[in-house]
Amino acid sequence: MSASTVLPSAASAPGRLHRLWDTAPGLYGVLATVDHKIIGKRYLVTALVFLLLGGMEAGALRLQLAQADQHLLTPELYDQLFTMHGMTMIFWYAAPVLSGFSNYLWPLMLGARDMACPRANALSYWTFLMSGVFLYTSVLFGQMPDRGWFAYAPMTEHAFSPGLNMDFYAIGLTFLSISTTVGAINFIVTLFKTRAPGMSLDRLPIFVWGTLTTSFAVVFATPALTAACLLLFLDRRFGTHFYDAAGGGNQLLWQHLFWSFGHPWVYIVVLPAMGIVSDVLPTFCRRPLVGYTFVALATVSTGILGFGVWVHHMFATGLPATALSFFSAASMVITIPSAVAVSAWIATIWHGRPVFRTPMLFALGFIVLFVIGGVSGVATAAVSFDWQLTDTYFVVAHLHYVLIGINVFAVMAGFYYWLPKITGRLLDERMGRWNFWLMFLGFGVGFFPMHTLGLAGMPRRIYTYHAGLGWQSQNLFITIGTGVFALGLLVFVVNCFWSMRHGALAGDNPWDAPTLEWATSSPPPSFNFARIPIVASRHPLWESRLEPHGPRSRIDGPLMDAGRDTFGVSALDAEANEILRMPEDTVWPFVLSLSILVAFYGALAGVWAAFGLGAACVLVAIIGWFWPRDGAEPEGVAA
Amino acid sequence: MVMVLVIATEAMLFAYLLFSYFYLASSATGKWPPSGRPELTLVIPNTLILLASSGSIWWGERGIRRGSPRRLVLGLCTTLVLGIVFLSIQGIEYAHKPFRLSTDAYSSVFYTITGLHGTHVFVGLLMVAVTLVRALRGHFSASRHLAVSNTAMYWHFVDAVWLVVFTSLYVSPYFT
Repeated sequence: MSASTVLPSAASAPGRLHRLWDTAPGLYGVLATVDHKIIGKRYLVTALVFLLLGGMEAGALRLQLAQADQHLLTPELYDQLFTMHGMTMIFWYAAPVLSGFSNYLWPLMLGARDMACPRANALSYWTFLMSGVFLYTSVLFGQMPDRGWFAYAPMTEHAFSPGLNMDFYAIGLTFLSISTTVGAINFIVTLFKTRAPGMSLDRLPIFVWGTLTTSFAVVFATPALTAACLLLFLDRRFGTHFYDAAGGGNQLLWQHLFWSFGHPWVYIVVLPAMGIVSDVLPTFCRRPLVGYTFVALATVSTGILGFGVWVHHMFATGLPATALSFFSAASMVITIPSAVAVSAWIATIWHGRPVFRTPMLFALGFIVLFVIGGVSGVATAAVSFDWQLTDTYFVVAHLHYVLIGINVFAVMAGFYYWLPKITGRLLDERMGRWNFWLMFLGFGVGFFPMHTLGLAGMPRRIYTYHAGLGWQSQNLFITIGTGVFALGLLVFVVNCFWSMRHGALAGDNPWDAPTLEWATSSPPPSFNFARIPIVASRHPLWESRLEPHGPRSRIDGPLMDAGRDTFGVSALDAEANEILRMPEDTVWPFVLSLSILVAFYGALAGVWAAFGLGAACVLVAIIGWFWPRDGAEPEGVAA
Repeated sequence: MVMVLVIATEAMLFAYLLFSYFYLASSATGKWPPSGRPELTLVIPNTLILLASSGSIWWGERGIRRGSPRRLVLGLCTTLVLGIVFLSIQGIEYAHKPFRLSTDAYSSVFYTITGLHGTHVFVGLLMVAVTLVRALRGHFSASRHLAVSNTAMYWHFVDAVWLVVFTSLYVSPYFT
């Protein structure tokens, strides 16, 4: 490495920066911090807790299905558990875990000192946590949502579901939407405002491209879910007739709204994960990613195309053939950007000198599962094939290949890769290998037979089946395989706890990786970089070897220790054009989230006074948040 | 930029709800709207009132840009009054409708969309009120008036959404 990219270590950084940026100790600091690294860690841990909860729910489902004619669970409880499993994994784990990585890593990768809206960042975490608390209160009442994670009307109408179950669903998802939307807006503004000088758009890590695309998708798609849930709640509580055919409504309206959101959401939970792999692979192949521009464009175009395919979830609802053909074709078009990404990954490995450490193993496992899940996806995009397989276990196989293969395996790669940056210690390599092989083999044994079971006609969401149907041995296989998979996850948890104490010290850049987050200490100081980096290429830490005579990035920009300051840059070329004064720690985001929680519990219970109280507190919190301390209005254009 | 994105996501919410309106209209078996075409006698003046309120906040914002806090206060007050008048007239219109929220799919979607828009007007009014309090306390000057610009932008958005809602819910039934 050229000497100029070596960062003055955090220890030698002026104490002034620490005083400016460190979170206060004690309860106040816990509730008031706006440090993106603390928020990112909280996101990661909370999402992992939801992964374990969803995993336990899946475990109960698989025990029930291990043998024919079993009655471990009642049918009602089975319905609740598969619904909670789906909701927990898809909404409270899969996207938030990626937000966790993005929150922690973005400012480090972009060479900034924080996200553009640190307080909104705190709000996004607190609402995520409290929406999860809200959802899981349903366990205490024994009234968990029970109509499946996509909750088709009219099963969800009050007449057919009189309990609180689907009210928890409608309000819980609306609550989470607030978190997701606030987070997405913050990512978009961060990308266009707070980067290091020189971090132009063509130098962003692919992971950043993934989260950016996803954030735009959230802004445009999430309102469909909010609308769907609002109408459902009005139907259930106020006697409206949106999904009620007898009153002139239409139950397919739910499906259109839900999947208008639902399909973009699929890309929301996979594009950043694909980005993780696109950034992990080059490090362990010892060469830059092949086709960077094409992979970035593929990411963005997948995000856009994702808005035009929702009807492929509705092939079996009796829509006109023209609509089916159009959406079938649109769905198949998505294979093009996917194939571009896969080709780029394979070419990177082909032309590289692969080093098979644990993050690399997970990245490779990811590619294999991506291809299999992609092929079963193209299969179900064909209308005739889909008609045969709708609501069978084949679909369960496909969605798990996609969600576990493309999300969980990439997330595991991400943890083994970046956790050393977060904790300062490497994860244990031997446990890592056990972790990978248990998960990979367990996944194959557990989820592949679901394809054949589906082809053999086993429907999804049945709570038991008769011995005479011939599904027993495959179901037993699935239960054992998923059990092995869960064991692999357990090894990961043990590895995390063990390595935090006993792992080898990571140092700044244990993998000899090319990007900016590895240019600061592990863990990074509260202000990320003592001096702001000035970026000159896509691989700031590999410059001396890639282009011996090319331009050099420097980490000797200004100290900027007059206040909580970071650079504001121009949108495309990242030319520094202003100094942004970042906000102090504050409890308002926490108070605001708590107020929303009170309001939503009020709506759930039908106690409108409590709802009103919560709403009034929301108002107070927002005014408190934006009221300037000294009465001075910040200068500048609408931010 | 934050306000622009908030507006984008809110605009999408209305887009999905208007999609629901037209979806329910296209799948209705009987007459749409079942109670006949909506009356326009109250809503046309009301639309003009809301348009005027956008004008007054724009005028006030231009005032502070030129360094006149008094013009800002005047503009905000006018907008506040016009906004309250708009909501009151909408209340009167609601009271005279021949259907209730739970009558049928049309009444459901009609009250939901106009009600949600009314809620947005109410939130906008709160923003205008807070901005007005701050203006009276002398928080703003020609170079410092970020909150004014954000409030004005939100108000214009609420106004623009109304034009789309008005066209879809009140005007479009006259062309079918």
